[in-house]
Amino acid sequence: MMKQTFDFKRVGCAAASAVALAFASMAHAKVDGDIIILGAAMSLTGKYSANGHNAKNGYDIAVKRVNEMGGVKVDGKSYQLKVVYYDDESTPARGAQLAERLIQQDGVKYMLGPYSSGLTKAIAPVTEKYKIPMVEAEGASRSLFTQGYKYMFCVISTSEQYLGSAVDLKAEVTKKAGKNVSDVKVAFIFENDPFSLDVRAGVEEDVKRHGMKVVIDDKMPRDLNDISATLTKVKALKPDLILISGHEKGAATAARQMKQMQVSAPMIGITHCESGKLISQFGASTEGFLCPTQWDETLSYKGKYFGTAADFDKHVKATFPEYKVVPYQLAQASAAVLVWKEAFERANSFDTEKLRDALADTNMETFYGNIKFSKAGNNVAKPMVLRQIQGGELKVVAPTRWASAPLVYPRQVVAGN
Amino acid sequence: MFSNLTLLAQAPVLNIQLLLDGLFIGATFALAAYGLALVWGVMNVKNLCQGDMVILGGFIAVTLSKHGLHPILGLPVAIVALFIYGWIVYRLIICRVIERDLFTSLLATFGLAIVMAQSMNLIFGPEVTTAESGFKTLVLFDGLVTVAEIKAVSLALAAALATVVIVFMKRSRMGQAIRATAQDARAARVMGIDTDRVYQFTYALNAAICGAAGVLISMIWTIQPFFGISHSIRAFVIVTAAGFGNLPGVILAGFGLGFAEQYSGFLLGAQFQQATVVGLLVVVLVARQIQQARHRRAVA
Repeated sequence: MMKQTFDFKRVGCAAASAVALAFASMAHAKVDGDIIILGAAMSLTGKYSANGHNAKNGYDIAVKRVNEMGGVKVDGKSYQLKVVYYDDESTPARGAQLAERLIQQDGVKYMLGPYSSGLTKAIAPVTEKYKIPMVEAEGASRSLFTQGYKYMFCVISTSEQYLGSAVDLKAEVTKKAGKNVSDVKVAFIFENDPFSLDVRAGVEEDVKRHGMKVVIDDKMPRDLNDISATLTKVKALKPDLILISGHEKGAATAARQMKQMQVSAPMIGITHCESGKLISQFGASTEGFLCPTQWDETLSYKGKYFGTAADFDKHVKATFPEYKVVPYQLAQASAAVLVWKEAFERANSFDTEKLRDALADTNMETFYGNIKFSKAGNNVAKPMVLRQIQGGELKVVAPTRWASAPLVYPRQVVAGN
Repeated sequence: MFSNLTLLAQAPVLNIQLLLDGLFIGATFALAAYGLALVWGVMNVKNLCQGDMVILGGFIAVTLSKHGLHPILGLPVAIVALFIYGWIVYRLIICRVIERDLFTSLLATFGLAIVMAQSMNLIFGPEVTTAESGFKTLVLFDGLVTVAEIKAVSLALAAALATVVIVFMKRSRMGQAIRATAQDARAARVMGIDTDRVYQFTYALNAAICGAAGVLISMIWTIQPFFGISHSIRAFVIVTAAGFGNLPGVILAGFGLGFAEQYSGFLLGAQFQQATVVGLLVVVLVARQIQQARHRRAVA
């Protein structure tokens, strides 16, 4: 018995020193020789894996470009960027564990965000706890920016702006037609998840501001892919504007059932048209849908790393020939890497506090749009863009400054579809 | 809710739409639930990967339709493919857990559900897809009632399949053997029935039925590798409500679930569509308990 206790002690000592040794060697892991290591949990399997891969491709393509252009210069020395990924399986709990692992075990000091608001919401408390700065590009939920996070920065427009311009557009055309804006009937069909409810909160304010009437306000449960009962209400109440958001599932379900049940409205705003593959799956029945996007390759944004938005588009298609259309989820991920690059150079240091301050001072022009963070950490320099499906293609219709085609109103519904 | 009620009162034709949609959807629910009732009743295995088999059938239809084959022609392909799949799964996994306690089979089929969902994600990708049937939509009552022809076709196909299965169970040797095994496996063995073969066939038949349901669902709804769970839940709700020896009960409960989903979605909003279903299940279970308690008291 005595001997056994002794053994335990010895094993304990050995384990403790092993752990201490491991940590000592990890202390340098943030910058390894001439390589700066960024860490990210990414949804490479599971339900978000399509966009997870898009985001990863975005990070990778920007890292490659930065390295090709001479890397990151800190204190007169040039460093290469590298990203360490772990697969979070599209589950928030796993994402939070992996963030701990990246920071605690791998010693990563600079983080890139995961995909989706849900995952970002799970990971941000971890990075805040360890005071590790994170630049994220895929979590748009407004609620991320009301928590007082100090170390999180986001390059994209927040979710409440997604469909807001559709409401404004509706008010505009109604006024132009000499009708009363307060007579406009609106139907809300939103999924019951943080992102979609934020989109809803945004449009709810806009609808109230214009004095429009909400006649349907249904929330799709996460596991539901049938909204025919809701659409039956749409048939009866005939709203003038239908607003839909529920990721790819919501978009595909709505498009599928609106086509089947021949439900329509003069104006329909719907998120995730592109990633839900609405045009290729449902063809002419999607004509006239308004689809918000963070970015479009026809916009006149320009930056020094990739050139214009169109140049970036070409570059991605050359690198990844499988993309027929470059998803905005990829473009914004690339922008996040560029933000890190400039922050390192402006801070001229690897100290996380100095880097945090440098990130907060970001004010740059990129192919993805201008990037400037508010105190809360969200990008306030780039607006949301609204595209309309016209002749099977997505054309920018708002804001008018960047519009490549005039708005078609009311939607031209193709008979028989 | 009251405004929606008055809406129904003002335009009673909307009821037709809701009932029709409930009927169409209920038919596919009943199909998958019947398969579950079979496996549950005969083998006492609660098959948690039921919904994933449905989705697999759907993906077969989608893949074939991408290669130019009409999704309805995917029906026989999915039935055969899933039958073989069920046969293999039984040999590999189910036959090892069938004699064990409840939790072993629950865990095994739950694990299988996860493996299936992730594999489908790797093979078919995580996009939400749908098989395009190319059928038109009938417009009745000034557009207040619309019937997608594909929904009516699916109803007919589901009915035809159910009839085939019922006749098979009643008439064929294998069907009789299955029913005998369900009644008393030991007695069936004594009578010379190879129960292991019966179990294997039952499980494969269930997979085939699920595959057929999946093809229909891929044409009227949308599918995605991780949608299986909601179909599993529906099948469980139906079988629990109907009891597994009770085929007419399963069909009725399937339609009932379809109607309940449509009406609660219309009256209370989509957010209560599934909650109502699960709430109904609780009511059914409580009612059953009370009924059985009375029965027990009467027997005692």
